[in-house]
Amino acid sequence: MSASDGRDPALRIVVDLNRCQGYAQCCYAAPGAFVLRGHEILFYDPSPPAHRRGEIERAVLACPVRAIAVQTAADEEDVA
Amino acid sequence: MSAAELAGIVVVGASLAGLRGAEALRRGGYEGPLTIVGAEPHRPYDRPPLSKHVLAGELAADATGLPALAPLRARWRLGQPTVGLDRADRIVRLADGTRLAYDRLLVATGAEARPWPAPTGGTLTGVFTLRGRDDAAALRAALAAGPRRVLIVGAGLIGCEAASCCRDLGLAVTVVDPNPTPLARSLGTGIGGVIAACLRDAGVAFRPGTQVRAFEGDGAGHVVRARFADGGAIEADLVIAALGATRATGWLAGAGLRADAGGLTCDAACRALAADGTPCPDIYAAGDVARWPIPVYGGRLVSVEHWGNAVEQAGHAARNMLAGPDDQRPYAHLPAYWSSQFGINIKAVGLTDGADSVAVVQGSRASRRFLAVYGRAGQTIAAVSFDQARWLPAYADAILAGRPFPPIRDATDRARPESLAPGFPSPRAVSADEFAHA
Repeated sequence: MSASDGRDPALRIVVDLNRCQGYAQCCYAAPGAFVLRGHEILFYDPSPPAHRRGEIERAVLACPVRAIAVQTAADEEDVA
Repeated sequence: MSAAELAGIVVVGASLAGLRGAEALRRGGYEGPLTIVGAEPHRPYDRPPLSKHVLAGELAADATGLPALAPLRARWRLGQPTVGLDRADRIVRLADGTRLAYDRLLVATGAEARPWPAPTGGTLTGVFTLRGRDDAAALRAALAAGPRRVLIVGAGLIGCEAASCCRDLGLAVTVVDPNPTPLARSLGTGIGGVIAACLRDAGVAFRPGTQVRAFEGDGAGHVVRARFADGGAIEADLVIAALGATRATGWLAGAGLRADAGGLTCDAACRALAADGTPCPDIYAAGDVARWPIPVYGGRLVSVEHWGNAVEQAGHAARNMLAGPDDQRPYAHLPAYWSSQFGINIKAVGLTDGADSVAVVQGSRASRRFLAVYGRAGQTIAAVSFDQARWLPAYADAILAGRPFPPIRDATDRARPESLAPGFPSPRAVSADEFAHA
């Protein structure tokens, strides 16, 4: 997984790791973006490439504790 | 429309708290002008990866931008430190001389890494602190250049996470701390001893009970050595000063608020307190910078430097900012945090301050997979898990309910839970100033 190639500025994610319980459903839904290390350390790419959007949206829905937040607003909506 | 109505809401701090607060204002129906001021040139970014995956080289520092979760329609003033507050005229002063009018103000300036003092080596190159995105990028570049030995001063969460990354990179690392174990102040030496064992097994040279007196440089002004208070010394060409943080309240000096390096004091509704103790109806605070009465622990004043508090308090403050004076709801939050280091996921809920006992109720310290509960005067006040996160919510509920200690007796995996004294160092031994002025 690489965070430096093909990043989509409108596709940013953050996981509430207080809420995360390590069910690892995101790792099945989006194996290119989420990895479980050791017993329960979740490593994820916060700025994934655009082509992962579909699997990341599946991961958001698959999380049993709804810990994954994904960008919903575009920066262009800001006032100059 | 009056000039005051045009001023709108100003959020000082383009941080996690600032961003989530601004989003909550919009979601709460606020349609007026919204300005977000940030000292750094960056949009809000996520800090937890900086001391982990960014140092390890797995993530670029600029890949940590936080997702926006609501349309902000905000005016951003980035790269603009705030230097003053004039409450009478409702003006925030920026470093470039701009005077920014506000109707209501949300203070979310966070905290700053406590620097190593200049007279004892703080200005040498090769001496780093780790707080912001630029700090992490600079430190990552220095680690990638292959220092001969890294010295980490302070075995708190940041120091231990950095040590873990350095070992993953194959670097020689020494960690020094004035206390007997890592994380002694937050978890006590009984649990901190588990981390000490992890450090040693990972090949970190851990020197407890050690205070650095000064750093020495070579002719070019690059750090080469640390002198200890006991007369010893160690060669190190890269230093990470992980001495904790002070709250970013310097710009509030002279504003007539109860603000100091420990935070901006607020009432239960997140409203900043004036010097005379009355809440300001137009100034709220959230996140690391806020010092507030925590209901779960009898209303004592705390400032909570954790991700979850930044999110929840910002949302709560925003809600109250939009509510009338008779509808100001108190902020009730149970602090929680996580850390990952040496392959272990550490999660905690509650505040351990004043704990008089700790019980290991699942697993064992020897296995490094356990859940430990902290009690004070027979009441459950906090819990920490090492690779046992799924147990934690049940203990969070017990803390909120004020259950006796230990709260769950018949669900443990051992006939008799291991109980011990938490082993908190005396306050004097853990003062961060001890590092600097020993």
